[in-house]
Amino acid sequence: MDDLYREIIIEHYKNPGYKGHLEPHDYAFEDSNPLCGDHIEITLRVGADGKVAEAAFDGHGCAISQASADLLIESIIGQPLEDVKQLNKQHILDLLGIDLGPVRLKCALLSLKVLKAGLYGMGEAPDSLVE
Amino acid sequence: MPINPQQVRAQFPTLQREVRPGIPLTYLDSTATSQKPLAVLQAMDDYYRHSNANIHRGVHTLAEEATALYEDARAKIARFIHAPSARQVIFTRNTTESINLVAYTWARANLQAGDLVILTEMEHHSNLVPWHILQAERGIRLEFIPVTENGTLDLEAYRALLQQSPKLVSFTHMSNVLGSITPAAEMIGLAHQAGARVLLDGAQSVPHFPTDVQALDVDFLAFSAHKMCGPTGIGVLYGKADLLEAMPPFLGGGDMIKEVKLRSFRANSIPHKFEAGTPAIAEAIGFGAACDFLTSIGMDAVAAHEHEITAYALERLEEIPGLAVFGRENPHRGGVAAFTLQGIHPHDVAQILDSDGIAVRAGHHCAQPLHEKFGIPATTRASFYLYSTKEEVDKLVDGIYKVKTYFG
Ligand SMILES: Cc1ncc(COP(=O)(O)O)c(C=O)c1O
Repeated sequence: MDDLYREIIIEHYKNPGYKGHLEPHDYAFEDSNPLCGDHIEITLRVGADGKVAEAAFDGHGCAISQASADLLIESIIGQPLEDVKQLNKQHILDLLGIDLGPVRLKCALLSLKVLKAGLYGMGEAPDSLVE
Repeated sequence: MPINPQQVRAQFPTLQREVRPGIPLTYLDSTATSQKPLAVLQAMDDYYRHSNANIHRGVHTLAEEATALYEDARAKIARFIHAPSARQVIFTRNTTESINLVAYTWARANLQAGDLVILTEMEHHSNLVPWHILQAERGIRLEFIPVTENGTLDLEAYRALLQQSPKLVSFTHMSNVLGSITPAAEMIGLAHQAGARVLLDGAQSVPHFPTDVQALDVDFLAFSAHKMCGPTGIGVLYGKADLLEAMPPFLGGGDMIKEVKLRSFRANSIPHKFEAGTPAIAEAIGFGAACDFLTSIGMDAVAAHEHEITAYALERLEEIPGLAVFGRENPHRGGVAAFTLQGIHPHDVAQILDSDGIAVRAGHHCAQPLHEKFGIPATTRASFYLYSTKEEVDKLVDGIYKVKTYFG
């Protein structure tokens, strides 16, 4: 497990690089995982080239949910919005570098769900977005 | 006789296993579901190997054996809770279904718009949502006995609510989060004086201390086999005979009828009136075996053992800086310790403990309103049963220190 809490997760949890709230922003969305009270908000600015210029997350929750949010934001900056819209579960698992059981997977995927629901302009973030 | 944990543990195959090579299981999640002793596994296996048949309708040997085993299990459970008769023991799937049975039959026959049902703030979702549904459908009113800071029910507030002539009071005998044991006998007496019926959620009480439905004078009692050494998929609703007889049936189908015409039916007598279709026969038999197992140890001994382990656990947990046990002040508590660890999410606590083979639960434990009341989204919960040991508590405490170093 010491796998699971690989330094990288603890590091991003304790010292996130992209925590905050962008004002103004082009996209904003938030959602929570009712099972454990994890909460994530993502704000994002898009450049004239259609790429993610800046992004930030805010929220609270377990190390997995917060670290994956930070890693996710790091990974999308400079990427074309259209590519970001296509990201799925595997992207998060690759970033974390670990396998997760079904319960913790929900924590890990919360930020991606929030991001995609925001980009697609959806009222709610369904699980099917990240499968 | 006091429990000898090593002798008890030898009866439970899962307690012998390693979670990963070299890492034995430390099972501290019995409030969610208990482990199962050999006697229960054996009873179910024997039934499938030797007597498997459908019950009640057959006249062949196996059908008669299966029917006898099934009804025998009902009688064992009736004795376990001191029910006046076995026909007052209705098999359901679990506590949740038992509560729903009352909500769908007794309550729909007896409650009108504006009628009051009293619940408490510490209920499991299974004793909240059926009443929310009825509220939406019927316009009944719900009021809640508040939980005080120390984890007890506010009985003054309860007395005040009783002035409003409730029709039903439905509450848990023991909280699955706070561990609080509620003063059920007193609360039932007060409800009856006010003219209300009482449904008691025994999911956490029947497994952990002696239950006497006649001494409690309770109208309905709901509980699950899987939390008391029995299998999943089977639970019980106990009810007073006159109430059960007057209630409309629940699900319709085979077994619950006396007679069926093309356009009508006559319902069977209790308990069969509430048991439509082929029931969970093996599970009922396993449930009976679980009652035998617990009786052979003695429910007083089970309660005393848990009390000792819990007292030790509370003492040890409180040594840990930044750790706060939920509802710590309440002396009337069962074997549950839900806690928060400052700055560390319960999921992370549970995950790191799991790496040492320690099984605890993290979340709101199906009691979201209770957590909200105290402003805590989630807790980590360790719970104890007749097979728990002080060594396991020590492992838990060591594990929590390890969590703290990770996040330190
Ligand atoms: C107090 C309480 N009530 C009801 C239930 C529901 O039991 P079941 O899931 O077996 O229906 C539980 C189980 O966690 C419980 O702890």
